[in-house]
Amino acid sequence: MADPMRIRAALAGDETTVRVLMAHIMEPGTRKDAAGALIPAHFIQDVEASHKGKPVLKAMWSGAVSQNPFLSFKFKGAAKGDKVVVKWVDNKGDSRTDEATIA
Amino acid sequence: MKSTRRSALKATGAFATLVSLGLVTQSQAQAAVDRASFSVKTLDDALKAIGGTPANSDQVTVVSPDIAENGAVVPVGVTSKLPNTTDLYIIIEKNPTPFAAAFMIPAGTLPDVQTRVKMGQSTNVVAVVKADGKLFSATKETKVTLGGCGG
Repeated sequence: MADPMRIRAALAGDETTVRVLMAHIMEPGTRKDAAGALIPAHFIQDVEASHKGKPVLKAMWSGAVSQNPFLSFKFKGAAKGDKVVVKWVDNKGDSRTDEATIA
Repeated sequence: MKSTRRSALKATGAFATLVSLGLVTQSQAQAAVDRASFSVKTLDDALKAIGGTPANSDQVTVVSPDIAENGAVVPVGVTSKLPNTTDLYIIIEKNPTPFAAAFMIPAGTLPDVQTRVKMGQSTNVVAVVKADGKLFSATKETKVTLGGCGG
């Protein structure tokens, strides 16, 4: 199981800014190890953030996204104390879901 | 059943695995692009996968540094001032696989997304935005001192 994500969600005016830091190696599949063999790709493919069961962002990523990916986005219509849930799935089928309370 | 299919696919090489897994997971991510788009090799093919040649627009902004010291971690953001923006795409022109990320923006979410990507060398960063079904883009050059794609 992968390490938990760090999620910060802050309400300012009517906009909620969500910042997520995921723990993942994000191996693109183009790098070679010391012996010259390709290191197999292992990266997060799908990210989905939701608020009250309603999706607020969906992302599809390639291996070009950096290791331990950072993601920031903004949405409207949330209140303080609401929960934001973020889920990712990688290309090996591993997934992780974490939530944060909007401050 | 799924896991045996997956392990069987692994034997056929990384590229095939990517494409096939894309087909498996495609239904989960209901998106305008499919997983195979991420393995195209050129900017033109990436644009084709998105659905055509976008028009340049000053309403679209790429946030990317002028000079990135470490190509493994380059902060890149896309913002759009166009109404009804539904999709944001980030393309790193000179990466081995230029199509880096796609974001689907439901109503109520602002078309303003930031992340961090890898860049193999100095390159143009192309942001493509879909608004009202039309494509718009903006480009910014980022110089990379140390590449982040290995190989």
